Amino acid sequence: MDCSPIERLLDPYLDDELDPARAASVRTHLEGCCACRRVLDAMSSLRTTIRTEAPYHRAPPELAMRMRETLGRESQEAVRTPAPRTHPPRWNRWFQLGAAVLAAVVVSTTATWLLTAPDPEWAIAEQVINGHARSALTGRPMEVASSDRHAVKPWLSARLDFSPPVVDLTTAGFPLRGGRLDYAAGRPVAVLVYAHRQHVIDLYVWPGAQSRSGLDRPRTFTRNGFNVVHWTDADMTYWAISDLNSADLEAFANNYKTAK
Amino acid sequence: MTLDHSARMKRFEEVCVAHLDAAHNLARWLTRDARNAEDVVQEACLRAFRFLDSFDGRNGRTWLLAIVRNTYYTWREKNRVHGSSVEFDEDALAALGYDMHSLGNDPDDSIDRALKEDESRRRIECALAQLPPEFREVIVLRELEELSYKEIAVIIAAPIGTVMSRLSRARKLLLLELQATQAS
Repeated sequence: MDCSPIERLLDPYLDDELDPARAASVRTHLEGCCACRRVLDAMSSLRTTIRTEAPYHRAPPELAMRMRETLGRESQEAVRTPAPRTHPPRWNRWFQLGAAVLAAVVVSTTATWLLTAPDPEWAIAEQVINGHARSALTGRPMEVASSDRHAVKPWLSARLDFSPPVVDLTTAGFPLRGGRLDYAAGRPVAVLVYAHRQHVIDLYVWPGAQSRSGLDRPRTFTRNGFNVVHWTDADMTYWAISDLNSADLEAFANNYKTAK
Repeated sequence: MTLDHSARMKRFEEVCVAHLDAAHNLARWLTRDARNAEDVVQEACLRAFRFLDSFDGRNGRTWLLAIVRNTYYTWREKNRVHGSSVEFDEDALAALGYDMHSLGNDPDDSIDRALKEDESRRRIECALAQLPPEFREVIVLRELEELSYKEIAVIIAAPIGTVMSRLSRARKLLLLELQATQAS
């Protein structure tokens, strides 16, 4: 059997990048060809090894802070002197000024944005994305770090006026990491933190089914490289957010809904 | 269109700050050094800030990662770490600053101990670190960032066919390397 045309397709097959017809032809070939199956198995276990063993180097929390400081200076210079400048003088003063301006800008842009936001659902998606990004930057994605739902749930319940459903999804490949509090949709909310391989999944939960009632089929948004899955049930509103791909994030949502 | 100051800051937060982890992860794998990674990320974010006007607003992650990657190659050029060769052999690796035998010369056996403690993790990390950057980056983007071929093609500014062939080659090299270290 001539395997060479199929061999070239094994990588895109593994990566789910083939059109259905070609994927089918690879599947047919694999059924009758031990050699190619072995190659694919090796590639697939290499993938598992990399995804589970290779470290994902998150940015140290102080990096974001340092960068904002640098940019505070940079943007001030850009405003004052349009021409490129070689020696920023008395940078310490620029730095303080920059930080103050930056703080004002963050507050005012947020306010403007809230006033002009077209779709309330988008507004919440945006808040959830910002909360997720913020928590990653502070280096403290969890205020209660535990894989035990019997530890996470009471911690959250004690600090909120509701009790979020916390389920164990370890067997489905989404181990619980902990939880934290955040503020979204105008109220304090629970954030359950799950993991999938190197990716962190934040599940925002609060009571009430928002404006849409009974959104039992999850809706998926993609924004700016993040995926967001949103659904509601009789009691609660859910927003799951991660930089995980949308198929896996939807699988997470379905597992959570089933387990609950 | 030129963004005004506040729109610029807001967009910067959305694009760069939101994807700082991804930016740092790529820079860390490319430079293989914590401090250099931070330098590359900072420089990349500064560039991103300056070129925010050219961001089409679609995918912040790929846009920022493309800048991180370009910044890394400029940095590497400037720091005279040569090694444009994409051959996985000792000469190319030595040119990249690698000594393949250094593992065996570890005086107090600390690497040996680490290998025993966390052998699989160490092995995959070493094997990945030894890949030339052209191959390492596609593995990091595909397996750790889980990006599609199309997104990777945008980041490395190459056709999808190139993404596919580099990924394929990179996986073969990794498998060979892992088999070799397992056998030894």
